Amino acid sequence: MTSLDQLFVHAANTALGLLSDRLRPWASIALRIGVIAAAAPAIMMYLTLYERKVIARMQNRFGPTRVGVYGLLQPLSDGLKMLIKEDVVPRGADRLLHLIAPILAVVPAILLFAVIPFGRRMIAVDLNVGLLYVFAVSSIGSYAIFMGGWASRNKFSVLGAMRSVAQLISYEVPGVLSVVAIIMVTGTLSLTGIVEAQAGRWFVATPWGFAGCLTFFLSGVAEVNRTPFDMPEAESELVAGFHTEYSGMKFALWYMAEFLEAFAVCAFTVAFFLGGWQGPAIPFWALAGLLAAISAAAAKLPLPVRFVGALASAGAGLLWRAEPIPSWIWFLGKTYALFFVLIWFRGTFPRLRADQLMGLAWKFLLPLALVNILAAGLWSAMPFPVGTALSASLLVVSAWALVRLNHPAQLDHRTYVLAD
Amino acid sequence: MTILGVGVLKGLGVTLKTFLETYPWGRVLLRAVGIPSANGLVTIQYPDERQQHSERFRYFPFLVYDKTPDDLRCVSCKICEQECPPACIHIVGPAKDEQGRPLKAHGRTYPVKFDIDMAICMSCRICVDVCPFDAIEMDNQYEFASPDRFGRLVFDKQQLLKSAEYFKQIKPSEAAEVDARLAAKQAKTAPPAKPAVPPNPSSA
Repeated sequence: MTSLDQLFVHAANTALGLLSDRLRPWASIALRIGVIAAAAPAIMMYLTLYERKVIARMQNRFGPTRVGVYGLLQPLSDGLKMLIKEDVVPRGADRLLHLIAPILAVVPAILLFAVIPFGRRMIAVDLNVGLLYVFAVSSIGSYAIFMGGWASRNKFSVLGAMRSVAQLISYEVPGVLSVVAIIMVTGTLSLTGIVEAQAGRWFVATPWGFAGCLTFFLSGVAEVNRTPFDMPEAESELVAGFHTEYSGMKFALWYMAEFLEAFAVCAFTVAFFLGGWQGPAIPFWALAGLLAAISAAAAKLPLPVRFVGALASAGAGLLWRAEPIPSWIWFLGKTYALFFVLIWFRGTFPRLRADQLMGLAWKFLLPLALVNILAAGLWSAMPFPVGTALSASLLVVSAWALVRLNHPAQLDHRTYVLAD
Repeated sequence: MTILGVGVLKGLGVTLKTFLETYPWGRVLLRAVGIPSANGLVTIQYPDERQQHSERFRYFPFLVYDKTPDDLRCVSCKICEQECPPACIHIVGPAKDEQGRPLKAHGRTYPVKFDIDMAICMSCRICVDVCPFDAIEMDNQYEFASPDRFGRLVFDKQQLLKSAEYFKQIKPSEAAEVDARLAAKQAKTAPPAKPAVPPNPSSA
């Protein structure tokens, strides 16, 4: 009986075991690439539905309901629509760069998936410099955005692209610095190592982890150009920003890159601060029972689907009743919950002004990330209650001081000498 | 001193409440923590469910006939045609025989053609107001979408004809008003009534 936790790992190993020794390494590589290449577009498609549904509910609407039950086929129809749309390249555009840019945007977004630890031993490549790889690869996206904006020969595109580059450079710094604390505490750059170091306590439960999590997540949101940091594609100012001149499948690629990067940001926040695939030992039958109840109660699904869904969930719960909830469910669940927060931000906050955006990065997050390194040092060097108290108070005081210092100076009422 | 981030959290709270209010379980959750909540979904899923219109909702005019479709109240006086602001009404008539004498049905002249272009009509109800015979009234049907601009959106006399019963059904109070007016008129003209004139259904 295979454990549910290692189900996919075992399946992959069994499949590879059928091959000859010479083929196995290559097949292993192909399998990993294949799984990521197949999963990434599927994840992206359903993230769009997820976002549309949640944002609609926040605006008292239904969201997509017409294509399929609960609008479940909407992403497919969108994809089909994108495929058959005309691909317009503006006159005077750099045709080659215009073509390359969206592809270059998607490639790093998919490359990031290689080091996401989806579960215990479920990571495509466990790089020992995984963390470095994450930052190195994710910053390639800005080249693509600038390339696309510039190649479009459109002032809106160029403006969006310039904003994007400025924003990305600014937010990269606090993003990296907030992770330095983790490297200090865990002593490893491997993502598996970082997740395993959180077995006892998720880093978000420590003072420096909490501050670092906020810093990292906010800079991540800014790096992937999502609201409220969506200056590069501010639709009320720049039409659509850097992808103004894109249509059809190229536009879909931009969209895909954005969603995959947003997903990756959520996944890395989970891996770095929210315990990755670790979770409290809740028995699996509880989750299976909940799933069975949900699929039985889903009134709009056809009856056979509901029946089979409920039966399959209940059967799985019975089969693996002795096990806790598997690691990959924990990881994906946390990631999607964090993606909900992203959508929640989008539903709540208006776009920041350019100077507020830069101010947040350079005047608040960057100093806080630096102080956070000191706080992490205090936390790990001192014995338990002292270190925690010291680092917490240090962070609170510095956050308060930063807010005070950043407060705009109250100018005196201006009097005009020549007015009277 | 305001605490850092409270406004941000309050804003997030507003959207989360709106989100939860759209789900039954969310409303249960909100009530459990003591937040009063009503169904947040305000969308009417149009083709599946329809909005309840008020009686005065109007969209497009129709011609009223009393008992049989040839007994229409319109006498082809063309006042509505002249008064129609976007000029969407086109009337040919009244019907005449070869000698040029007006033909009559049920004691009234009648139009040969009576077309209204749906694409031009702006639902202003001026035709109804100016009609001295209460022969034209506003309908509350609004689903006329068609792929054919000129064929299907120009309504001819046959398509426009609807019974007084139908009018009474969709707009009871307005129909009662019209009936009362017609009855009063009938009472005024009744004494010298010729036997050829059929009795008005409202007075009957």
